Amino acid sequence: MKFSGFKVVKEALTGHRGWGPLWRDPEPQAAYDIIVVGGGGHGLATAFYLAKEFGQARVAVLEKGWLGSGNIGRNTTIIRSNYLLPGNEPFYEFSMKLWENLEQETNFNSMVSQRGIINLIHTDAQRDAYRRRGNAMRLAGADAELLDREGVRARLPYLNFDNARFPIKGGLMQARAGTARHDGVAWGYARGADQRGVDLIQNCEVTGLRIENGAVQGVETTRGFIGAKKVGVAVAGSSSRVMSMAGMRLPIESHVLQAFVSEGLKPLIDTVITFGAGHFYISQSDKGGLVFGGDIDGYNSYAQRGNLPVIEDVAEGGMALMPMIGRARLLRAWGGVMDMSMDGSPIIDRTPVEGLYLNAGWCYGGFKATPASGYAFAHLLATDRPHETAAAYRLDRFARGHLIDEKGAGAQPNLH
Amino acid sequence: MLIPHPLLGLRDAQEFTYLGDAALIGRPAPEAGEAAFCDYVFLRDNPAGIHRELWFHEQGDRSWLVVTRNTLTHEILGAELATDVARRSA
Amino acid sequence: MTRIDGGLTDRGTTLGFRFNGRAYAGHPGDTLASALLANGVQLMGRGFKYHRPRGAISAGSEEPNALVTLRSGARAEPNTRATVAELFDGLEARSQNHAGPLERDLLAVNDLLSPFFAAGFYYKTFMWPKAFWEKLYEPAIRKAAGLGALSGLPDPDAYDRGYRHCDLLVIGGGAAGLAAALAAGRAGAEVILADEDFRLGGRLLAEGGRIGGRPAADWAAEAAAELAAMPNVRLMTRTTVFGAYDHGIFGAVERVADHLAAPGGKVRQTLWRITAKRSILAAGATERHIPFRDNDRPGIMLSGAIRAYLNRWGVTGQRQAADPVAIFANGDDGHRTAAQLAARGVPVLGVIDPRADAPNLGGYETFAGAMVTGTKGRLGLTAIEVMRNGRAEWLSCGLLGVSGGWNPNVHLASHHRGRPVWDEDHLAFLPGEGGPAGLIPAGAAAGQGGTAEALADGLRAAGQALGDLGIAPAPVELPAAEAEPARQEAFWHVPGKGRAWVDFQNDVTVKDIALAHRENMRPVEHLKRWTTLGMATDQGKTANVTALAVMAELTGKAIPETGTTIFRPPYTGVSLSVLGGGDTGKAFRPTRLTPTHAWAEAQGAAFVEVGPWMRAQYFPRPGETHWRESVDREAQAVRAAVGLCDVTTLGKIDVQGADAGEFLNRVYANMMGTLPVGKVRYGLMLREDGHAYDDGTCARLGEAHYVVTTTTANAGTVFRNMEFARQCLWPELDVQLISTTDAWAQIAVAGPKSRELLSRIADGFDLSNEAFPFMACAALTVCGGLRARLFRISFSGELAYEIAVPARYGQALMERLMALGADLGATPYGTEALGVLRIEKGHAAGAELNGQTTAAMLGLGRMVSQKKDAIGAVMSRREGVAQDTRRLVGLAPADPARKVVPGSHLFAPGAPEDTAHDQGWITSACFSPHAGHMIGLGFLENGASRLGETVIAANPLEGERVELRVVSAHFVDPEGGRLRD
Repeated sequence: MKFSGFKVVKEALTGHRGWGPLWRDPEPQAAYDIIVVGGGGHGLATAFYLAKEFGQARVAVLEKGWLGSGNIGRNTTIIRSNYLLPGNEPFYEFSMKLWENLEQETNFNSMVSQRGIINLIHTDAQRDAYRRRGNAMRLAGADAELLDREGVRARLPYLNFDNARFPIKGGLMQARAGTARHDGVAWGYARGADQRGVDLIQNCEVTGLRIENGAVQGVETTRGFIGAKKVGVAVAGSSSRVMSMAGMRLPIESHVLQAFVSEGLKPLIDTVITFGAGHFYISQSDKGGLVFGGDIDGYNSYAQRGNLPVIEDVAEGGMALMPMIGRARLLRAWGGVMDMSMDGSPIIDRTPVEGLYLNAGWCYGGFKATPASGYAFAHLLATDRPHETAAAYRLDRFARGHLIDEKGAGAQPNLH
Repeated sequence: MLIPHPLLGLRDAQEFTYLGDAALIGRPAPEAGEAAFCDYVFLRDNPAGIHRELWFHEQGDRSWLVVTRNTLTHEILGAELATDVARRSA
Repeated sequence: MTRIDGGLTDRGTTLGFRFNGRAYAGHPGDTLASALLANGVQLMGRGFKYHRPRGAISAGSEEPNALVTLRSGARAEPNTRATVAELFDGLEARSQNHAGPLERDLLAVNDLLSPFFAAGFYYKTFMWPKAFWEKLYEPAIRKAAGLGALSGLPDPDAYDRGYRHCDLLVIGGGAAGLAAALAAGRAGAEVILADEDFRLGGRLLAEGGRIGGRPAADWAAEAAAELAAMPNVRLMTRTTVFGAYDHGIFGAVERVADHLAAPGGKVRQTLWRITAKRSILAAGATERHIPFRDNDRPGIMLSGAIRAYLNRWGVTGQRQAADPVAIFANGDDGHRTAAQLAARGVPVLGVIDPRADAPNLGGYETFAGAMVTGTKGRLGLTAIEVMRNGRAEWLSCGLLGVSGGWNPNVHLASHHRGRPVWDEDHLAFLPGEGGPAGLIPAGAAAGQGGTAEALADGLRAAGQALGDLGIAPAPVELPAAEAEPARQEAFWHVPGKGRAWVDFQNDVTVKDIALAHRENMRPVEHLKRWTTLGMATDQGKTANVTALAVMAELTGKAIPETGTTIFRPPYTGVSLSVLGGGDTGKAFRPTRLTPTHAWAEAQGAAFVEVGPWMRAQYFPRPGETHWRESVDREAQAVRAAVGLCDVTTLGKIDVQGADAGEFLNRVYANMMGTLPVGKVRYGLMLREDGHAYDDGTCARLGEAHYVVTTTTANAGTVFRNMEFARQCLWPELDVQLISTTDAWAQIAVAGPKSRELLSRIADGFDLSNEAFPFMACAALTVCGGLRARLFRISFSGELAYEIAVPARYGQALMERLMALGADLGATPYGTEALGVLRIEKGHAAGAELNGQTTAAMLGLGRMVSQKKDAIGAVMSRREGVAQDTRRLVGLAPADPARKVVPGSHLFAPGAPEDTAHDQGWITSACFSPHAGHMIGLGFLENGASRLGETVIAANPLEGERVELRVVSAHFVDPEGGRLRD
């Protein structure tokens, strides 16, 4: 079934009787060519591109809960490609280009909204660092603009320019950045993959990896053993748990990142703003909620919830930056479990186990990477070669000393 | 969160700075080589459950503590001075 | 007017207020909703999606419909529930989300188009043409969405935060909470009782029942008075406990001044962090409604809310006193409302009850085996359709109460992700396992909702908490309360055509749930996200369980198999102002001032934020019109005469002990143990991953006494890491550390005349090059006996010293040096000149030591000793780190008039300027008064062997491209003669 305005009108006039399931609920087959573990954004995108771009039909996605219940169901929906390092920037720019065509590719309105992002600058040193970054973006074919104080003020007159502890001296803007409707991304990929023959299997938790003679044979699940020639693991937040079934330890810690949304408000903020000096970033959803967040809580956690100090810290940052939001109310706070890697960058690579592949370590930046991550992981699973933009995301880069450390924080995950 | 400091009693976690897995106490001998250091610096068990971890009482008495905490529930099962742990394992 | 006798408002006092510009009157004790209802106003707002007329359905914080913007101007507060907004004289409120007057909302046309706005419709369209999304569709959606509007002005009010501790926190001051607090208070426990309402009593104020033979509200008032008199009990009304966090910590907001026209001298709200050893969740229950066709009109309310308006506020909820009232209920609870209304002389049409054996409590007709299947009334209810025995009949009706059972307010019990469990007897979710440790649900929140049950359950919970706390209980006599009839039968929605609302605020109907079912969006989380059920400001308090039951019916599964939803903080919305605690503007973060700050201020210095510090950036002199003039002059003064700069912000760590040298050998990449007493050495620290971390100096003042300096940025973390090394890695070493950053003021005295200037204060100390050469250090006295430390170190490349004195003498020392150095040309310099001097000398700073670079890149590879172990030594030898050929170089423009811009990327001439051919970047740059043109530092591939080559600095961001020569990073005195003379 193709979605379109015409179809919506037709169904509205005929009592919505023509809508069918967005995807099937198939029973698992005995074996697949490729099993993707994890029905979050990255897993679903991987399955979609495996089917669409690499001609793989015998593919299953195994999800322990409901489709989209990974961090794609709990994030602040920002998409951007404003990275510094050559290992990262081309990958995220590739992702941005996929975002720009996502709806047409999936026939599902994921509400990709290129409303721009502005990273605020408060010191000369920060301006120099952002200039280096902006130039790295431009050199990789992305867009970037350096704004001075008045340039920021013209766009965001409601920020605190006159009485700030950390005065605003400018900003790095990426106009093509923006937001997307996070659940809609998962559903678009899920529906597209299902339509192309991928089996999306919910309530199917992987409980073991069957490995013989150093090669993967399939997975043990709560719904029985399922054979596979290749298994791709995309379970950010639980990567260490799943890969421990293969006896692997990862350069990853699980941390909680809280995110927040206010009650619905009439349009107020028409871009994404980040305030690094105050650990705060914000945008406004199409539904009117202010969507904002800050730092991770900072301690290892799988609890999917955080504590008050970070909530207060984030609100302080918001009030310092834009005191006009004070009389809005926080409506909901939630915590997602992040794969915080040792250099702040992800891993898309083969593993020492033949046929076992890993997609992990997205820190708190996995949402924007969803399309490229899926594409690159599909590329790797289908061809056994890394996608050109993801070639740096190797598992052995830590041992070999080829870190991709955007922040320069070193091997301490809670600082990335 | 509240951390049961072995010398000072329950203290708010905001007084502390978090480092991570208490395995960081076990720094390899220099002759152990690059591979051992790579494991030490980069790899973690990252358990969902009981986790022994290092907290620094930065806004307090500057003790490093080894806190035993459940990463699924945040329940704290105990805390001791890291230096005691280090001396024991030395 | 539909105000009748009775209730708990102060009828002797009249408060004037305005709603949508029209003047009304109410009384102290009223909420905005009760006062509007008393004036016969049922219509309070418009629906979110279809803009249908809406009125209050509740009398509490669960309200989905009656959202208003309270106050005006900068104090405007959108999305405020009229049902909890306390009335004050002069209150102003406006309804939201409509075009034109509330009665004639032009956007109501959406209701006619409702078939097009089915659940998830927007995911299926607006995709063509592609460019129209951002330009057309999305702006239209955004404009239509949202509820109230913020003023766009800064919040003018003050806020505060505070911390409280107790043995027992009782959340909710109804029957269970009061009983629990009395029991714990009398036993001597430290108790905090918090309630979101402005009056304690909870449903006791609303039910009209009796306790101990007296009105329940009187008992509540007496209990509250007894508690208020106990020194160990703190009552916190107008306080919402919004979240349960780890280890007995709760977040709460006290609305200190929201019931006043303006806060006056008070804070508006206070954020409390309450740490409780035990807690009792006595938050009551929320009534649920029953969806039927057109069940969203003003005049259709929850049956319990009608009871509350009647008993607490003396208001019937009708538009006019003659309007017939009906109740639609699946249990006995609804019948109580009918009986009470009838007893007060309100015309009651009857109770429509789907149960065949529906009771009759007297004074009204029972329509047993019947359902409400439709309603009429454009702006307020005028008639209902009642279906009985297959026959439908329209009855005139101006107020309909709906009762579908009660949902215990289990929210805080599941804030730790413990899931509530379905209880078939109560037809409700009750608190389950995995709740916050030490939290005991009680009363209606635990399914014990009758007055007698709640009182007893409160006592039980208090007993349990006291037992846990080891406090002996004191005797509490339980007053007798009447038993209320509470039989009910599951009945979740009325089947049939038309739209039957489940979630009023997000306009989710039974049809939408059926569509989600058809589209296989069946897991609860999919249902929520596809239909937006429960995502509105009320968080689905009146909708979620009902929706779950409807989905369960569609899937043919039981409710517990269909799922539950997770409750997340906050329980009700919390203003961002109060969460921020009031630390806005300059008070956002603490500000650290250097010892010479006041002096620098007096000199007219410009200041700059450096992390938490404010530092003097430059010292403009009269006639200087551009900062560069001042900076050039300051830098030249250092090169030609003597300059003074406060460098106190650098971290200082005192290291003492027999093993101090060995300890520092392991912390620094280079050797420190061999440093002679009285000498200073430049030191480089690595991270354990082998990357460069921090640099500074290490001075040996005594056999077992070193002083380490760090960069300003890393002062805290270096100390932390050294403590880690001391306590966790090498506890066997005899070494002690203390941070002395704040204890010593340190002033750089730099320039060819620095020795002469210092000799004027050095109390006879021999400063000759022979006695005190480059890299010497000593403890001495200055200015006639002031203890000081002197280091002959140089950041500028000139003859230079840093002198440290106890912090309180820092300013006096600066003043003395300036006075004594006037004839030498002593000149204060700030961070800008400091930066120029260090770039001219090729010293690394934050832009070069950015955590991504290595010792080798900085040209310091040889400092990493291969003879000893140190943090980072092993990992610095990894292939990828060791093979990095980028090196710090100096950069000068081929055309001296051109700019050198930090953040430009470096390319070989003729190479394509893209990521693949990127060879490095410019880290720092400045105008060099010494060179007479701009100079820069940067990292360049194979930089060490490219001196004299030309590179291109590309800055596409600002459209600039400059040819640069690669030169030595030491623009000044590369041989280092000056600093050794």
